[in-house]
Amino acid sequence: MSEEQIKNLEEQFEARIVRDDKIEPKDWMPEKYRQTHIRQISQHAHSEIVGMLPEGNWITRAPSLRRKVALLAKVQDEGGHGLYLYSAAETLGISRDEMFEQLHSGKAKYSSIFNYPALTWADMGAIGWLVDGAAIINQVALCGTSYGPYARAMVRICKEESFHQRQGYEIMLKLSEGAQEQKDMAQDALNRFWWPSLMMFGPKDDESPHTAQSMKWKLKRKTNDDLRQQFIDQTVPQAELIGLTIPDPDLKWNEEKKGYDFGPIDWDEFWQVVKGHGPCNKERMKARVNAWEEGTWVRDAAMSYAEKQQKRKEKQAV
Amino acid sequence: MKEQLYKYILGIADNSLILGQRMGELCGHGPSLETDIACTNISLDLFGQVRSYYQYAAKIAGDNRTEDDIAMLRKEREYVNVLLVEQPNTDFAYIMARHFLFDMYHYMFLQELQKSQDLTLSAIATKSIKEVSYHLRFSSDWIKRLGDGTEESHSRIKNSIDDLWTYTDELFHLTDADKVMVNEGVGVDVTKLKDTYYTKVSEILQEATLEVPESKYFQKGGKQGIHTEHLGYLLAELQYMQRAYPNMEW
Ligand SMILES: [Fe+2]
Ligand SMILES: [Fe+2]
Ligand SMILES: [Fe+2]
Repeated sequence: MSEEQIKNLEEQFEARIVRDDKIEPKDWMPEKYRQTHIRQISQHAHSEIVGMLPEGNWITRAPSLRRKVALLAKVQDEGGHGLYLYSAAETLGISRDEMFEQLHSGKAKYSSIFNYPALTWADMGAIGWLVDGAAIINQVALCGTSYGPYARAMVRICKEESFHQRQGYEIMLKLSEGAQEQKDMAQDALNRFWWPSLMMFGPKDDESPHTAQSMKWKLKRKTNDDLRQQFIDQTVPQAELIGLTIPDPDLKWNEEKKGYDFGPIDWDEFWQVVKGHGPCNKERMKARVNAWEEGTWVRDAAMSYAEKQQKRKEKQAV
Repeated sequence: MKEQLYKYILGIADNSLILGQRMGELCGHGPSLETDIACTNISLDLFGQVRSYYQYAAKIAGDNRTEDDIAMLRKEREYVNVLLVEQPNTDFAYIMARHFLFDMYHYMFLQELQKSQDLTLSAIATKSIKEVSYHLRFSSDWIKRLGDGTEESHSRIKNSIDDLWTYTDELFHLTDADKVMVNEGVGVDVTKLKDTYYTKVSEILQEATLEVPESKYFQKGGKQGIHTEHLGYLLAELQYMQRAYPNMEW
């Protein structure tokens, strides 16, 4: 293709996005668009499955049968989200095995929040309330993103995430109505998960290099700082309602901006965790890599069985 | 009669409880995302069944006992699950072999329980059998894949079936509570399921190119609360919160 032809295609492509047309797998798209989407969608998929670990960790210890069932259902949903997202990424020409390879080698990232440990039962509440809550804010914006398969996966996923968020909040509510030990457990979980949750929206706008391009492709509808502000404004009253204190002495309502002012985020901690040196980065990766390696013989067996069955069928047909 | 019914319900439900707990340990660690989701789903089904049974048992007991008290506050010797379901998740072959050997029994048992004179139990059976027929299909398929897969998978599944075989006979033992309930038309006479069970299991094993184990040495004791050493650890996790924070609502 000549340079001019490509330029033409690119112009038509950008025009479609402006018109809010969805881009579908068979449509022409700029290579950069493809690569950016592979990166973001697979990162999102990895977050879902790595996210199964901290919560999966509490399934065997859930305090009641009702909670155990709800937690199992939640973790199962997260696995399902991983499936839809891997499928959405596959439409861009990458295989699931390749994506796993990138995850296991450390080339692909996943949400840093899952590198924090889930230490008490209250963490199941805090994760649902704050982490799923933050995820929804990020993801609702993506329901209108330009790439069709991603946008459709998001619509489906967002419904379930908001259910998870309510479930998490309900765990916290129950704790806050309980014995002093339960209240303390809830407060402690909030203390540990508050700041990492704010970090889930990514670096400050002036340090976020991809924002402009991502906004253009509707991979982002609002900036990191806007989304973070929205999360804080939504969450503070929820904490107050159940008698929990946000662990930020600088938090204060600002009447002028109709939002909360908040204290400084520890960006050194953020980058430390992103670069692989958070409290659980190593354990999480080890768990994923182990599951994959120990599962090799099982996947090989399934493949070999399927091939044998296929051959038998062919023979019968002859 | 009430006491016997209570015991009878626990005899059914404890199996689902302990197996559900074992399957819940796997979450996020399976050989593929699909098996992970399936194992989580199976655990979820089993705990759903457990809740129905224990809620009913709590009603029968008629004191302030709750489903959670029954699930989480008994002593080790008071759990009456069969030894098979408490065996550890040694590897995926053991997990599937254990599941398959139990699912076949579980399916046949529920088929009969649907005919119970006790309407609550027959209703639970009717609801559960749909789930369990899926479990049985899932585990049977894996037995075939592993048996007729690669050399390695064949030898692994063979070893696990051989090892777990010793726990199958106990499935067909009648406890005192079972006998009373069979006479009342409430319980299932599991001794009558035994021959068909071994026939059906053998069929699947043969299809999986596996030999049916010949050993006639069997273990028993679970139904009397005499377990393998594995159960204590499982209960320690299951009961942790209820023991560490007694008398609280969650
Ligand atoms: Fe998510
Ligand atoms: Fe999710
Ligand atoms: Fe979620």
